[in-house]
Amino acid sequence: MLQKLYDWVDERLDITPIWRDIADHEVPEHVNPAHHFSAFVYCFGGLTFFVTVIQVLSGMFLTMYYVPDIENAFASVEYLQSQVAHGQIVRGMHHWGASVVIVMIFLHTLRVFFQGAYKKPRELNWVVGVLLFFVMFGLGFTGYLLPWDNKAFFATQVGLEIAESVPVIGTDIKTLLAGDPEIVGAQTLTRFFAIHVFFLPAALFGLMAAHFIMIRRQGISGPL
Amino acid sequence: MSEKKNNQVSRRQFLNYTLTGVGGFMGAAMVSPMVGMAVDPLLQAEGSSDFQYVMDVSEITQEPQRKSFTVPQEDGWYESESEQTAWIYRTENDEILALSPVCTHLGCTVDWESGDHDNEFFCPCHNGRYDRMGVNIADTPPTAPLPAYEYRVEEGKLYLGKAQPRGGA
Repeated sequence: MLQKLYDWVDERLDITPIWRDIADHEVPEHVNPAHHFSAFVYCFGGLTFFVTVIQVLSGMFLTMYYVPDIENAFASVEYLQSQVAHGQIVRGMHHWGASVVIVMIFLHTLRVFFQGAYKKPRELNWVVGVLLFFVMFGLGFTGYLLPWDNKAFFATQVGLEIAESVPVIGTDIKTLLAGDPEIVGAQTLTRFFAIHVFFLPAALFGLMAAHFIMIRRQGISGPL
Repeated sequence: MSEKKNNQVSRRQFLNYTLTGVGGFMGAAMVSPMVGMAVDPLLQAEGSSDFQYVMDVSEITQEPQRKSFTVPQEDGWYESESEQTAWIYRTENDEILALSPVCTHLGCTVDWESGDHDNEFFCPCHNGRYDRMGVNIADTPPTAPLPAYEYRVEEGKLYLGKAQPRGGA
């Protein structure tokens, strides 16, 4: 039945080459931990992607309960954490995954750096990777505020003050991020939510697509 | 097209220019109100600082007194009261001084003559110290004097505005 359905679609749209291209792509020996165990360092990029997928999925489900409003945000998080079936697990995935993804992206960056894999012709991919790093940090920073507890509030306060310490335009940056020159409040929470859930993920997807297309085009860098 | 003219725009060029122009205009028309929305906080006029009654002038002593007062706060659609604190006293020149208790090092709350710091403001977090005028003492963590509230005296009553930084030292 499924096979028939697949054939029906494939006959019309020729979808086999799309997934074949990925499935048949051979992993070079020097990148395969089955050949050389030390090649596990090549896994960090893929692990970053894997955890990112978890973050996106768990985040989508969290927004079914979360409200970005200072009166209700904390209560909604507490509710989904304590009353909703498996809410604790899903929020746990998002909470811990946020840290894991930063660790993985950092390890991936270190590997690329110390292997010199960013050198010609892969400079552009390095640049996109650094942008991805910034987007991840932005996601971490904006997501940290959303539970609206004391830790979230004061961490954001500190983060905004760091932004404010930029010469000349610091105050404007802070106002633009927080939605108010002085208050970390209702407008800050809605802004951070919008940035966390729409703006940065959109940037993340675009950059990830560019990152992956480039690595397929150029192939992974050769053995050391 | 029988004869060739100089500077003639080809059909293709003409279409390219007009489509790019119209497309650019439409794109700008779509995006500019959105960007305007995003940068609205930068365009908002800064709220004029209202002055709040804090205490009677006759009660102000040479000894700093800790006074709390509430300031109405407007955060977009959310209105609330924000509690603020000031150390209020007369200086040796008999001028009124109302200092913010927020340490200029990392924002902890300073206290007057706590511990054995006579005649000083002291911050317990990192041993920051300020002299009687609220000026930071050299070789302690704070890098600037404590901010001072703008004040106004009307009919023997003290009103406080916003705390203003008093410059680095």
